[in-house]
Amino acid sequence: MSKQSHVSVKDLHVGAETDSGRSVEIIKGVSFDVPPGEIVSLIGESGSGKTTIALSLMGHTRTGCFISGGEIRVGDNDVTSMGERRLSTFRGTEVAYVPQSAAASFNPSKRIMDQVIEITVIHKLMSRSDAETKAVELFRSLGLPNPETIGTRYPHQVSGGQLQRLSAAMALIGDPELIIFDEPTTALDVTTQIEVLRAFKSVMAEKRISGVYVSHDLAVVAQVADRIVVLRDGEVQEQGKVDQILYTPTHQYTKDLLAAFEPVPHAALEIPGDAEKDPLLEVHNLYAGYGPMKDGEPVAKILKDVSFTLKRGRNLGVIGESGSGKSTLARAVAGILRPYKGYALFHGEELGAGVQNRTKKQLQKSQIVFQLADTALNPSHSIQSILARPLAFYHEMRGAQKEKRVIELLDMVHLPSSIRHRLPGELSGGQKQRINLARALAAEPELILCDEITSALDTVVAAAILDLLKELQHDLNLSYLFISHDLSTVEAICDDVLVMLKGEVVEALPANEMSRKAKHPYSRLLISSIPQLDTGWLERVDADPVFAEQMANR
Amino acid sequence: MKSVLSFFSAFSAPQNTGYSFNLVGRVGLVIILFWMTVAVFGTWLAPYPPGEIVDWDYLGPVTSKFWLGTDYLGRDMFSRILLGARYTVGIALAAVVLACSLGIVLGMIAAVVGGWFDIILSRLLDAFNGIPSLLFGLVVVAGVGSSIPVLILTLTAIYMPGSYRFARALAVNVNTMDFITVARVRGESTPYLIVREIFPNILGPVLADMGLRFVFIVLVLSGLSFLGLGVQPPNADWGALVRENIEGLSFGAPAVVFPSIAIASLTISVNMFIDNLPKKIRDRSE
Repeated sequence: MSKQSHVSVKDLHVGAETDSGRSVEIIKGVSFDVPPGEIVSLIGESGSGKTTIALSLMGHTRTGCFISGGEIRVGDNDVTSMGERRLSTFRGTEVAYVPQSAAASFNPSKRIMDQVIEITVIHKLMSRSDAETKAVELFRSLGLPNPETIGTRYPHQVSGGQLQRLSAAMALIGDPELIIFDEPTTALDVTTQIEVLRAFKSVMAEKRISGVYVSHDLAVVAQVADRIVVLRDGEVQEQGKVDQILYTPTHQYTKDLLAAFEPVPHAALEIPGDAEKDPLLEVHNLYAGYGPMKDGEPVAKILKDVSFTLKRGRNLGVIGESGSGKSTLARAVAGILRPYKGYALFHGEELGAGVQNRTKKQLQKSQIVFQLADTALNPSHSIQSILARPLAFYHEMRGAQKEKRVIELLDMVHLPSSIRHRLPGELSGGQKQRINLARALAAEPELILCDEITSALDTVVAAAILDLLKELQHDLNLSYLFISHDLSTVEAICDDVLVMLKGEVVEALPANEMSRKAKHPYSRLLISSIPQLDTGWLERVDADPVFAEQMANR
Repeated sequence: MKSVLSFFSAFSAPQNTGYSFNLVGRVGLVIILFWMTVAVFGTWLAPYPPGEIVDWDYLGPVTSKFWLGTDYLGRDMFSRILLGARYTVGIALAAVVLACSLGIVLGMIAAVVGGWFDIILSRLLDAFNGIPSLLFGLVVVAGVGSSIPVLILTLTAIYMPGSYRFARALAVNVNTMDFITVARVRGESTPYLIVREIFPNILGPVLADMGLRFVFIVLVLSGLSFLGLGVQPPNADWGALVRENIEGLSFGAPAVVFPSIAIASLTISVNMFIDNLPKKIRDRSE
């Protein structure tokens, strides 16, 4: 291919109409090029327009949006001037799309093979047997286990990481000239993410296909991309080679993004008195599970023999992959799920197994905050009444005193007092999570169980929430049980860390020396799987023999 | 019950932002209000006593003396329709309020409490739902005789299980949300969970369902009356009016046309209204 650039976007404008009929511009004149065989990454926070741009490369916009100006060229095709009929032959054969959630984009009632070769059937590219042979080849080059037979399975019979690679196979089967990856590893565990990234990288290099990789995670992008386009509010902030963006950024926003990656070491709180002698929460040999009970044990046993101690003013992190029982632990400690064996002590007094068995005082002193901020707020209550309820319930506050306290609480989480008249649906994700925290604080607790509270937020917003947590801890002498799959978050806020695997605690470590002191192979695997902000990290990890052995044993 | 108050404020100020709704909905509302007024004040507006034979000509045409013609005995149709509104609207309204409030309350309790209570109640009402409604009405009326309270309770019994099912399905969905878990962990009681956390979030769909159920009840009531099991002569609801004058159908007598129009206008306008409820009520949970 002798063309100077393979894909080019010139002065792209995308507009949208709001419910009230007002038109807004989402993308404000974005231009970039993708040279043949290279991967360009679009990076930015949610709302920066990165997915909108990626979709417009296929001539597609979300409902209510429209391409209002500019030119998009893929190979010899002028995408912006194509009609619907031309677009439908163009999609799948010349440009293909790998979505964020592979699990949601596979049809659960059809076999994988039928879905992977669907593009060849729709576009009548080749015979069925040729397509299947080609699919098996792709499965092999994507490093999928049992490439000959995996196609006969149903989507629920393979893991999330495998499904994500299968959706890449689906995109590759039509030999497109451009593949769009829309946050393909965001929903995956760090250990799975490595496998997927490695597969993507090798297959793209092998086939010399151009790619557009949408992500909010700079470290991931550093592994796969050749060039980076930094976006914010629908405008390009900076673009350049990966090394230039990572090591010599010129724009302030890029510098901020990079700064959010700098690990902030957590300094333990100074606690007056003999805190060491008075553990806040002690959990002894806790067993919990789900499903109907049989012989006093539930059918699905999740937690096995979990014990730990949390001291006052200290923070305990719980890490592990999805399915390791982290959230179950939080639910068991909160009393939402009754443990069937073991017990917990709070200030040396035994906590009842379920919520009904606990005193109001015990319930008040430990509060829980959930991952999904929006489902944790009743959409039909105003912020005022959401925050006022625990005040009335635990502290019998009334009238003006209650309102004053609500304003104080909002101030504690750095929100303006005028926000109290709004409904949760009118707030942003970060604001909602602050309201959730404020509601927990309204009870005046000593312990807050944080269940992945920053996982659904953007990097910059999550960093602000972590700062807020630290500040509140300092002012109110709180303790956190902090559950997360993100090790750098845990490192930033916790004193001690529990590593969980299949419902068991495999290792307890001090947070600031996690990588040095970890002995258990699983903890080591987890720690070395966190993407580093440098372009050679993926190769380095692969070259590590200890790591390779761990991955092979999974 | 702030939410119910705000529902009523929609009547007084339809232009209010957030509670405004479109023309179709307003037309529906006006017709509903019209029939409700008629139901309340109809007897005073009627030019003749509804049971009295006022004309020798039966199934008579529309004249300046008898605005909607006369029925098969020569009674004034206009007066009879005005009176019929009281029976039709009154019985249907009483039955729908009873059926829906019972169904919604039981449905929310079943969703929140769960366990054996839920299983037994659901199976029981499912079994009850299996009985054909008109057949059930026939048996009850044959057994205890027809009176207005019996009619209301029969219609309530027929339509309660459906309302229970609907409310329970909605409440089960809301019940799994994190904000319910937060409230439980706070130590809130079941009544609080039902009234404050769940009810506001199912209100929109439940109101729509209530409107639909009202229409069904009007139709079943008319059906029962048509079979002679509803309101007994000399009084008559709209369904009974159609039945009485059915022999006039072949020559298009106004006596059979106008009660049919009355039934149609009420049911269609209720549908028009509930399909166009103010956005704030309809999409509360979004």
